[in-house]
This record gives sequence, C-alpha cells and structure tokens, in this order.
Amino acid sequence: MNYFAGEYDVIVIGAGHAGIEAALSSSRLGCKTAIFTINMDAVGNCPCNPSIGGTAKGHLVREIDALGGEMGKAADACLLQMRMLNRGKGPAVHSLRAQIDRREYSKYMKHTIELQENLDLRQAEIIAINKDEEGIWNVETRMYALFKSKAVIIATGTYLGGKVFIGDVSYESGPDGIFPAKYLPASLKELGLKLRRFKTGTPARVLKSSIDFSELEVQSGDEPVIPFSYDTLEPLKNKVDCHISWTNEKTKEIILANIHRSPLYGGKIEGVGPRYCPSLEDKIVRFADKERHQLFIEPCGMDTEEMYLQGMSSSLPEDVQIAFYHTIKGLENALVMRSAYAIEYDCVDPLQMNSTLEFIDFEGLYGAGQFNGSSGYEEAAAQGLVAGINAALKILGKKPLILDRASSYIGTLVDDLVTKGVTDPYRMMTSRSEYRLILRQDNADERLTPIGREIGLIKDERWERYCKKQELKEQEYKRIKSTVMSPTKELNQILIDNNTSELVSGIRLSELLKRPQVSYEILKSVDLSRPDIDANIFEQIEIEIKYEGYIKKQYAQIEQMRRLEKKKLPEGTDYKNVTGLRLEAIEKLNKVRPENLGQASRISGVSPADISVLIIWLSKIGG
Amino acid sequence: MSNKTIAAISTAQGAGGIGIIRISGDNAIDIADKVFKSVSGKKISDIKGYTALYGSVYSDGNKIDECVALLFRNPHSYTGENVVELSCHGGLVVIKNVLRAVLNSGAVLAEAGEFTKRAFLNGKMGLTEAEAVMDIIGAKGNQSAKAAMACLEGKLRKRIDNIKESLINSAAHLSAWADYPEEDIPEVTNNALKLSIQKGIDELENLLSQYDKGKVIKEGIDTVIAGKANVGKSTLMNLLSGCERSIVTNIPGTTRDIVEETIILNDIAINLSDTAGIRTTDDLVESIGVGKAKSRIMNSSLVLAVFDGSRELDSDDIEILSILDKNNTIAIINKSDLECILDTDKIKNYVNHIIFISAKDGSGIEKLEKEIISIMGTDNINSSEGMIANERQRFSAQEALNYLKESLESLEYGMTLDAVTVSLEYAIQSLLELTGERVTEAVVSSVFSHFCVGK
Repeated sequence: MNYFAGEYDVIVIGAGHAGIEAALSSSRLGCKTAIFTINMDAVGNCPCNPSIGGTAKGHLVREIDALGGEMGKAADACLLQMRMLNRGKGPAVHSLRAQIDRREYSKYMKHTIELQENLDLRQAEIIAINKDEEGIWNVETRMYALFKSKAVIIATGTYLGGKVFIGDVSYESGPDGIFPAKYLPASLKELGLKLRRFKTGTPARVLKSSIDFSELEVQSGDEPVIPFSYDTLEPLKNKVDCHISWTNEKTKEIILANIHRSPLYGGKIEGVGPRYCPSLEDKIVRFADKERHQLFIEPCGMDTEEMYLQGMSSSLPEDVQIAFYHTIKGLENALVMRSAYAIEYDCVDPLQMNSTLEFIDFEGLYGAGQFNGSSGYEEAAAQGLVAGINAALKILGKKPLILDRASSYIGTLVDDLVTKGVTDPYRMMTSRSEYRLILRQDNADERLTPIGREIGLIKDERWERYCKKQELKEQEYKRIKSTVMSPTKELNQILIDNNTSELVSGIRLSELLKRPQVSYEILKSVDLSRPDIDANIFEQIEIEIKYEGYIKKQYAQIEQMRRLEKKKLPEGTDYKNVTGLRLEAIEKLNKVRPENLGQASRISGVSPADISVLIIWLSKIGG
Repeated sequence: MSNKTIAAISTAQGAGGIGIIRISGDNAIDIADKVFKSVSGKKISDIKGYTALYGSVYSDGNKIDECVALLFRNPHSYTGENVVELSCHGGLVVIKNVLRAVLNSGAVLAEAGEFTKRAFLNGKMGLTEAEAVMDIIGAKGNQSAKAAMACLEGKLRKRIDNIKESLINSAAHLSAWADYPEEDIPEVTNNALKLSIQKGIDELENLLSQYDKGKVIKEGIDTVIAGKANVGKSTLMNLLSGCERSIVTNIPGTTRDIVEETIILNDIAINLSDTAGIRTTDDLVESIGVGKAKSRIMNSSLVLAVFDGSRELDSDDIEILSILDKNNTIAIINKSDLECILDTDKIKNYVNHIIFISAKDGSGIEKLEKEIISIMGTDNINSSEGMIANERQRFSAQEALNYLKESLESLEYGMTLDAVTVSLEYAIQSLLELTGERVTEAVVSSVFSHFCVGK
C-alpha cells in the first residue's frame, strides 16, 4: 500500500517549538531534514500564552540563542512588550519575558523553515515509525507515503493522543481545534516505548472591546528594551500594555458550586497535571483560604482583538466559565471567543533517554518537548535544539553535545529529565539550578557561544562580534583594576547618597565596585576614563566583581561535579552483577541507566557508598 | 579550584594502641601544619615525602596528644594526593579530638570509601586491591546507613526536621518569590528572613553545644586521680568504684595504659585513672612515671587532686597545684576524720572546688559526686531531648551552621537575595545529608505545596 516518498538524514515529527529548533539545527549542520506537521498553519503555534520567556525560561531563550537557535530571534522580531523580571532580586534571577504577536511568531517560524536550506516542511500526519533490518527508520504518513531516515525526532507536544475536556464534553483533538495524532501512539507502543498520560490546560480568549479597562491596573514594558537575541542589533519598541485584575468571593462561590462538573474532579481526566500551572478550580480547592487570585489580560497580537486571560485556565463547562469570568472586575461583560479547556496527551518517561535525548534502547530515535514530559515553549525549544544538534552530530560522525548542569539551564533541564525523571509536566525554575549565580542570563553568550561556534551553528559575523566583545571586556577589566578613584568631594557625596562610607584615600575602581551599594551607574559622572562600550559588558563585570566570593565557591563545586562526570559507566550494565551495591541502588541504576558517575550520584536512592562501590568496580573492569 | 581536603580516622575504632588520622588533598599539608607542631621546630611543609616528624597536636593552643606526622607527597601516596598521617597514642576520645582539630582547620570529613574513591580517580588503584576494598565498603555502607537511620529515629530526627523544615520554608518562599514574580507571592522581607536564619543558627548552636555534653554521657569523662604518694588516692578510687550506686565496668581493648575503672554516676560515665604519686626524684625510672602523670593531668577533662588534710602542704603538693586547671579540678581534702592542719586558703588560690572527705569511712562522697556532675555541666542535660550522636552528624550540623552564618552575613552586608539564597540552600543541603534527601527537590516541592502559582 505504501509508496516510497523520499529519504532524509533526519525526520522531525511535529513543528512546534521543539520540532522547529530540532529541524533548523540539524539542517543548518548539513543534514537533509524533513519536518512534518499536521497543519501547516500551526507551525510555531502558541496555543497557550502569547509570551516567550519568564523566570528561568528567559534564561533558556538566551541560551538557545547563544548556541545558535532561533527562538530568541523570533521573539524579538514579533515583540509586543518586553520586561526584565526580578530587577532588584539579584542578577541570578533576572529574567526576560516578552509578550509576542502569536500569528506573527508562527509566520516568522514557518517562513524561516521554508527558506532554510536542507530543510523540507511537509503537512502530513505520521501514523507509524519503525526500524528496518538495515537500521534505517521508516516513517509512514496517513496518505501511505513512506519516508526513510537515519534519525527520527519525536516532538509531538499535546497532539499525541490528544483529548480535550470542557466540562462534560470531551473529544479527541490537538490544541486550538486542530486534529490530533491519533494513530502514532499505537505504533510507538508496538515499538516498545512506555507511554503515559499528562495533562495541561489553557484559559479563555475574550474580545478586547468587551473588556472594561477603566479600573484595571496597567502593566507596561521596560524601556529601553533588552532583546533576547545577540543578533538583534536594532533597538526594539514596546507596542502594547497588559492589564491586571483579580478574582473575588463571587468567583470562588461559582466555582465551588460547580466543582462536581469539572472533569478533573469528576475523575474523567486520568492525566497528571502540572503542579505549577493549576487551573483556577485547582487553585481555589487547594488554596482555599486565599481570598483572591491575580490574572493578567494580555493581547494576542496587533491585528487581532483576542485577549488572553493568564492565570484563568479551567476545564469547567462553558456556562460555568462564562459565569465566573463575568464576576471579575473588567470582565463583567466579556465575550468569551474561545473557551478554556484542559488537554490530555501521551508522553514518555524521559528516564528512557540519555543526555543527547536519544532513546537508550533505540538508536537514532530522539524525543523533545512535551513528549519528554516537560511543559512550556522554552523548555521544548531547548530540548529540540539538543536533540537536533545531536541527531546531526551523530550522522556526521562527530562527538555528541552534552551540556552538563554547570554549563546551562539547558543542561540542567536535560539532566533533570533523564536522571531524575518527572512525575508531572516539568517547568524550569531558577531554584532547579544549584549553580545559578553562574548560569545567569547576562552571560549566556560567554557560557555557550564558543560551544555553538564549535558545533557550527554560530556564523562568522556573530562570532567576530562575540570575540570583539570579549576583548573589550578584558580591556575594561584592566582599566578598572588600574584606575584609582581619589576621595574627591563629588565622589564622596555620591557614596554618602548611596548609603555607603566615604573614601579617605584613593581606591581602585575594581575595589570600589565590590560594595553592594556601588554600581557603574552611580559612578558615571566621576569615572572619567570610561569607554563607550556595550552596556552588557559593564553589567557582567559588575556582577562578577560583586559576587566574586560566591562565584568562586560555585566553581569549586563545579570542578568536583565534573570529576565524577568524566567517569563513564559502560552501556548495558546490569547492576545486579556489581557486588556491594545496595538493593535500592541496583533497582534505580538499572532503571535510569546513567551515563557517568556524576549522573549516578544524583539519582535518589543511590548513596555515596554506592558510588564508591561503582568507582572501584569501574577500576576492576578497567573503565 | 580543586578538590576538598578530606580527613578521617583511618584505624579501626576501639581497637589498637595507635590511632591514625589520615588527611588527603591539596591542602593536607597546610592543614596538618595548623594543628601539628614538631619538637624540632620543622614544619611538615619543609620536609620531604616519606619522612616523619615527632611532635604534638594542638587545638586552640592546647596540646591534645603527642604524635608522629608522616608525609606522603603527591603522587606517591595511597590517594595520589598530598597525604599526612598523624599517628597518635591517645584513646578514642583523644583521637576524635585530634580529628576535630583537623576538621576545624579546614578539612572535611571523608565519606565512606572516599580515600579509595580518590585513589581510583587519581589512577592509584590496582586491580587486585579493588575487589576486596569494594566488598568492605559495600558492607560498611550498609552498616553505616543502618546506623545513621537508627541515630536519626526519634528525637534527634525531630529536632533536625524542625530546623530543616523552617529553613526549607524560607528557601521555598524565596524561590516562589523569585520564580513567580507575576503571582502575588508576599514579598520576602529582610527582617523576616533574618529572623528565620537566626532561629536556625540558635537551634543549631544549641544542638552543637549539647553534643559536647552528650559526648560526655556517651564516652565518659576522662578523670585522673592525682596527688603525691600516700594521700589516699587508691582508697578514693576504691571508694568511688565500690560505691553502691556506681557501676563498675571494665573497658576491654582500651588503649589507655592507666585507666583502671569506668564508673557510672548519675548516668554519666567516668573513666577513672590512677596516676603515679608525684614527687621530685632523682630516680630516672620514677621521674619518667612522674612526667607521664603530669601530662595526663594536663590532658584530662577532670582532675581529682587529693591532699592529706592532716598534714601541711609541702613542695610536692604545690608542684601539683601549679599544673592544675582551676576550673576542672576538684581538690579533695582527705582524712576529714582527723584534725585539719592543711591551709585550705592556699589551695583556693589554685583550685575553685574543694571537698572534704574521709576515704576511710566514706563521708563526703555524695558531695563529691554532686560536685563532679555540676562541674561537667551535665546536670542540665536531658538525654531524651535528642542529641547529635556522632562526629559525622556534628560535622553536618556545623557545616549547616557555618552556611547559615554566611547567609546572614550576606544579608547584613547588603547582598541581593539570590546570593543569600545560595548559602541558605547549602545549609539545607548539609542538614539533608543527615537524612539523605535532595535539596532542590525539597525546595521545589515545598514551593508547589505552599504557594499558589500558575500561568
């Protein structure tokens, strides 16, 4: 029945945020790549909030960009509003968050893919994948087309076995009413993958003109706009405002009176929902004593009147939704254009993968995004990039890209997924990184651009710009270490005004900047030899100087972690045969199948004594 | 930056006449030089590998024990790193004190099998040794895990959990506040955070101070009976150990050459040792004995100095008085059944506590017992409160305390909360090491259960 339709190096299933980065990176590295989507108009769709970034997610976007990915550039190009979150809470937790024009974003991504050399965008539902005797992957579409490829990357998001719930109503569907990937789950099970059900949800979209903004708090963007991408050189402008409102007693009453009609509480949804992204009914039941909950009203784009209600996702019946939205100030007469819904989908246990996001038992098969048990556009894109790069590197016969926890949030994300596993959709948080004073959004380029360059995703022009910046930074360091600030009246006045002690004798500028109260900014008028260079350089230097003690300590820990990381554990080890291990450790090690001692040491249930046993066992077998 | 320097007692505990503290790592020599002073004045850093120095180990200026320091220079050592081995001849208590001095000077306590681990990482482990060592560590790991669990059951666990819980809540609040700036998470105020950290510091300090007292209960007070010949030392010893309410035990395998009895007074073990009578002598053999007695007096936790109340103080008595520590000595004026000729005011110049007894008829013994208990500060220990049971737990608690102090300092210095949080999380990590949990998981879980966060 099938007809042979073509051959690729890499086939990517799904053109969401994960699939896009996977396909772009593999094709940019020279691999002939195809990316399949069920609907060509849903490439790079944002079926939930019209925004990119946020705490820790903003770090991920920066890192994707520093490695040569696309997400940051697209977000900058489709920007509606940019904010730097957590100013004042410390540089480790500064994060960029952008409101974006979701249709523009989708168009930008689709067009970028279409223009990309080595990359074909195709609309088709993939219904089966399997491996032939020669080790080549066969990928079948619903139209009987058979494609062959060396690697397959599954990035199916919420489409895989997708099922939507709104109150009593439920139907098989992908997001935004697009049909789901209905047949692929059976094929994946047949292949031997263990699938599980997760769920997520999204709030309603309402008509802008039906909202009364007059009494709502306005939230504007930050000026000047700091872009995500190191390639965005032209200044960006904020175009829209967001608004804030609150739920109240009445909202709570309506929800509680109708809670039995929720498919979640009625037991119809079996999927595990994310802890951090509860529906409104979840919030009200779990945090019963909280009087009110905040919501943000965000525009979906410049040429649409749809407004997104952040914080108000729900799977209650439509009539209940309308009733409770109408209790909220500003939304009394809101017209609900799209209802809120919950969606349940198939995904895998990421413990089945290694740090390249390749399945341990299936060579050439990779997974990325929600399929791996994560949540969020940025988490998906980060994994897509890792999977795409590694699929390509393997085909090219190069050594894999493994980003460790100390290198990036991307590395932390992947390591968490493949060594700790997930029990609910995984969201990145700054508190997940033990090295967060080093993994800052301001130094993503320093941490990752040399790696991106080595892989081949950073082009010459960008690389030269980066090198120039590093050179200027070096010079600036020299300058502040050799510049002595005299205790002039003007300087001392500045110091007093900023609540720090005055100088009695001269002090090096680098020493002065160590004080928490002192910044480049306040010294502007007295630091006369200051060069006119990229503000990011000043920012980095100031942070590195102020947090030097903490940063050094973290580097010492990293050094220790990396020693263990270098000790590889042989593939296919049955830990039952390692004498001296405790039973619990044997079970966990056999399940997670860590690649090295560092990963093994992070598995819960594996003790330091077990690690010592492994070390000695390694030496015995000559590993 | 490189590996931490580690230390541990590397001889089997409770057996053998010599105890060895092994220190391994880049800073091993510096750390050893901080605690060890050689007789010749040479530093360990001055000598070659495979050579030794004779001297003593000090803690805060006080001599703990005589010892031999043996140096192995990188890479010619068991672990392949710089290694210093301090061979001491004191008993278990003394060896533990030496270890603690080393840890306080910058080393961290080695994990089970960590020396071997390093030996392997540095390419020093031979194939034949490997298998044997692995079995031992495996068995030890099981044992120590069981032991740790046992220690952690009950009261101590609860105390640590309380401290931990309160710190995790603070960390979770900080995390929720940083990770969800768009939710209406209440702001973390510096004052509230300071209070919470200070509470943790207070509780840990309390826990640690009780450890020393608790150790007294567990390991006993090293008590020396001193005095010149024929003042009634042996009679006192017999009296104490024959006391109806005291239990006499033998300590098999102890390394102390003159410990004779352990008695339990009021649940407190007292390791009682007699010493040679102290007097000036020309006899070479006897003078060695006298020297030994003196050094034992200076190293013990409690001295019972016996004087004959029926005679005047003489130069031998004065010599003894001059080496006593005012606070941890009880002067016992024996023979209270006879007329007191002794000038007790003179003794008061040297010793704070004076008790009159009659070793002959046993009067005054009860007073003596009470005095011992009050001096050692063990009268207010309630062992059912839950206390730190071993050096590893003490180390984790101490580490947690240090990190908490650091986070408080950062806060007071005006550092941003992300830096404060990092120290706070390290502190939690140290406490979690006692219970075997993982810090980021603990904090993340706490965020989701305590804060309403969403999109």
